[in-house]
Amino acid sequence: MSVSTAPPRSRPGSRFRPGSRFPGSRSRSNSRPGTRLSWRIRLRRDKSLLLMTIPALLLLVLFNYLPMAGIIVAFEHYDIYQGLIHSDFVGLDEFRQLVANPDFWHAFENTLVISFVQLILYFPIPIALALMVNTVLSPRIRGFIQAVVYLPHFFSYVLVITIFQEFLGGAGVLNVFLNKHGISSWNVMTDPHTFKYLVTAQAVWKEAGWGLIVFLAALAAIDQSLYEAAAVDGAGRWRRMRHITMPGLRGIVVLMLVLRLGNALSVGFEQMLIQRQAVGAGAADVLDTYSYIYGIGGGFGSATTMGADYSYGAAAGLFKAVLSLILILGANRLAHAFGEDGLYRK
Amino acid sequence: MSTLIQPPRAVTTAPRKRAKGREVWEETPTWFGQFGKGTVLTVVCALVVVPVWAVVLTSLSTKGSINGAGGLVLVPHGLSLQNYQLIFSGGTVSQALYVSLFVTLIGTALSMIVSVLCAYGLSRPHSFGQRPLLLMMIVTMFFNGGLIPTFLVVSDLKLYGSLWAMILPSMVNVFNILIIRSFFQNTAAEMIEAARLDGANEWRLLWSVVIPTSRPVLAVMTMFYAVTYWGTFFNALLYEPDSRKWPLAMVIYEYTYSGNQMPGMGTTGIGGLQNASQLGLQMCVVSLSLVPIIVLTPFVQKHFAKGMLTGAIKG
Repeated sequence: MSVSTAPPRSRPGSRFRPGSRFPGSRSRSNSRPGTRLSWRIRLRRDKSLLLMTIPALLLLVLFNYLPMAGIIVAFEHYDIYQGLIHSDFVGLDEFRQLVANPDFWHAFENTLVISFVQLILYFPIPIALALMVNTVLSPRIRGFIQAVVYLPHFFSYVLVITIFQEFLGGAGVLNVFLNKHGISSWNVMTDPHTFKYLVTAQAVWKEAGWGLIVFLAALAAIDQSLYEAAAVDGAGRWRRMRHITMPGLRGIVVLMLVLRLGNALSVGFEQMLIQRQAVGAGAADVLDTYSYIYGIGGGFGSATTMGADYSYGAAAGLFKAVLSLILILGANRLAHAFGEDGLYRK
Repeated sequence: MSTLIQPPRAVTTAPRKRAKGREVWEETPTWFGQFGKGTVLTVVCALVVVPVWAVVLTSLSTKGSINGAGGLVLVPHGLSLQNYQLIFSGGTVSQALYVSLFVTLIGTALSMIVSVLCAYGLSRPHSFGQRPLLLMMIVTMFFNGGLIPTFLVVSDLKLYGSLWAMILPSMVNVFNILIIRSFFQNTAAEMIEAARLDGANEWRLLWSVVIPTSRPVLAVMTMFYAVTYWGTFFNALLYEPDSRKWPLAMVIYEYTYSGNQMPGMGTTGIGGLQNASQLGLQMCVVSLSLVPIIVLTPFVQKHFAKGMLTGAIKG
């Protein structure tokens, strides 16, 4: 994910060196001699390139940067009729209400618990799968397995949850089976106690296969001659795994962990929202849904709706966003401490 | 291990039979290991295949066989298309299908155009303003206004209740753009140079050189965008109060998952509801949104890793 822009360095004293103009970068076209031209000339030269970026940037400004400016609602008592600019400014009032609300802390706790369960139960699965799939020799079988396990990644959560419902829900395959054999039924889909495992199971079903891709690629990138050399030296398959495969996967595992930690506060928003009515707010409320339900609410799970309080919801959202940013930067720091690249290079 | 010092050719004539593709130095796996691995992988595949199979099969089953199975049908028994006929005879699902198709086709086309243009605009070395523009894009990956401010902005733009609310806010995916960009950067410099000498301008270069050589990544990205639009749910929930503008996912949520009665279902003449099972109809809707994905993924699958990795890992 780290994005390199091949840093252009104008080197004083070496203005006219034919051939290797930019050491370390691949050969450049003669008509783009780097940054030594004045900005006017470069602007004129690149105006069609800039023109191309305009539609995307315009959309980003509209739907990403304007909302960032709109964060100001979190510091106001937003009034629909007065709009963003004329609403009363109340400073940290909404945040004071937020931290005083036990429901908010409950949602916070839920977020952390579910995140933790997902980290422990979800994270190792794609790695283990990748190690197994990697040893399948027949390319056709391997391709088939990949095609099958990738599939659920492309299903939306509504679909995934509906499929789970048909299998584990009150009238689902599991309970039809249980009833037939005289065992009391168990509606997994509405059980708040096991909800965190249910959510994790859904996430695993949907994404574990997709998670394979990166690990398979990392495995393929390991120098195969290392294995051969180790085998010649008498290392068995387990020792090769321990001393070649594991170190080879280290970088990508750390990167994935960093991403996971950075997203620790965003656990399955859609999942929670969809299943909130079935299992109850106590089990399903996380920071994201909290912000949504309190902020917009209307029309969703109307029995428990608090009514639209944009400012309060935005305050909850901002709280989460800031914490997430801190988490992702912290996780990245951690990756650097382990000598890995993390999201960006040091 | 005398085989180690023999040249690879000799292996084919070696007495011990080796599986094709296994390296000379690799031990033959134990029976137990093979069996265990086979079992695990089979179970993993079954966990995906069986549910999908059951859903599609149930949608194709008659009311009798669904009642006989007491729920989802796992073994085919009396197939018919009547559920689909009923659903396509007008009403909520047909309407949702139109909405989903509209959002997917228009959305994907626009997303791809905007993304490819932007990716190319930022892919030429040392172009003007490249680094600040990139930075501006990357910032949005880590920080955004959040739900409520976005909702307010979209509403202020008069998109609330419009089909475009399901397209415009999610039209640009920065991650996808970065992947395309890094692919474009790897287009052979010699080809670009040659085209430029022939008098091609940037637009021509993009259209005639860069796009044709980047087909795999473009196929993958088209698929990613299409799948996202096809499954659009949350934007519909936020911005579409009118059930006639709901996409398939909303219909599934409302009538299949939550189990509410579908309005306008079975009143259109063909047989009515008494001949169809509610479950069969529900599974029809689910299948409708599953099947295009199942049909399309295999075509793009071989490019997944390539497309994903050039962008994600190498940077």
